Amino acid sequence: MIFGRSERGKPPVEPVTLKILVAGGFGVGKTTLVGAVSEIRPLRTEELLTEAGRPVDDVSGVEAKNTTTVAMDFGRITLREDLVLYLFGTPGQERFWFMWDELSEGALGAVVLADTRRLEDCFAAIDYFERRAIPFLVGVNRFDGAARYPADDVRRALDLDDHVPLLMCDARDRESVKEVLVGVVQHAMAQAAQRRQTVGT
Amino acid sequence: MSADGQGRSHWFDDEAGPVVRPYAMTRGRTTSAAQHRLDLIAVVVTEPHADDPEADPTLSPEHVDIVELCRDTSQTVAELSAELDLPIGVVRVLVGDLVESEFVHVNRPVPPAELPDESILRDVINGLRAL
Repeated sequence: MIFGRSERGKPPVEPVTLKILVAGGFGVGKTTLVGAVSEIRPLRTEELLTEAGRPVDDVSGVEAKNTTTVAMDFGRITLREDLVLYLFGTPGQERFWFMWDELSEGALGAVVLADTRRLEDCFAAIDYFERRAIPFLVGVNRFDGAARYPADDVRRALDLDDHVPLLMCDARDRESVKEVLVGVVQHAMAQAAQRRQTVGT
Repeated sequence: MSADGQGRSHWFDDEAGPVVRPYAMTRGRTTSAAQHRLDLIAVVVTEPHADDPEADPTLSPEHVDIVELCRDTSQTVAELSAELDLPIGVVRVLVGDLVESEFVHVNRPVPPAELPDESILRDVINGLRAL
């Protein structure tokens, strides 16, 4: 056998990869937010649910189908050659909770995007991250034409714990989204520090 | 286990789903021998000695695609799934095969329930600000 290609270039860099989740109701701007900061057009990855699938999948309404596709959009931000952040939009439908479990495993934190016209759409996401102690913040996406409410009012309407940050943002605006992501990481750091302290004493 | 060939015309309408059922590429397996539970952001890297995957008769065209894609730039499981238009579960099985046969290796992300180092988090914040 001839190993003709052994003089290839240096092996590829193996970066540290991190992920942040972007959750919220349907049409709240998750993919827009991902696209605002991603260096690639948001990509789509899919998983199939089959009849023999997981016990938690509720396919009521789609009984005629053998398989259901769960799609997730994601984007990438190369912070350094060896440090890459991925943003995953969570599947909107709540029946895909099992995908959330998988997505949130090892996630740095999450953004819950909220639309003040349909606040109830993000209750499920907030509840999910609270229960699992995954650091998250709420980003209130400012839609054109939607009434603007003071942060405190939104906070109260969401019954948000005091330690959970809430930011007004514009999912289309790169600077605004950067600020949201920085907020998530800072919150994750604070939460980790607090946990260490609790364990230490 | 070539994916083309017989059966194409029978399954061509939408009802039948993809031309080749995705898990046909994994010979029906939903887990790989390596039992890797690969995270979506696990990084797949082709081994430098994996010279000529096409010459290996045990590999499917999709296996070969993965080896080639991860040769010059490492790829995450999610990226492979998007690039090859295959469900994540299928990519997991195929990557597991390739790990087993030592064509690629996988770098796992930080284990769950363990936040990465504080210095890495600081780097992330600084990196985001500098975008």
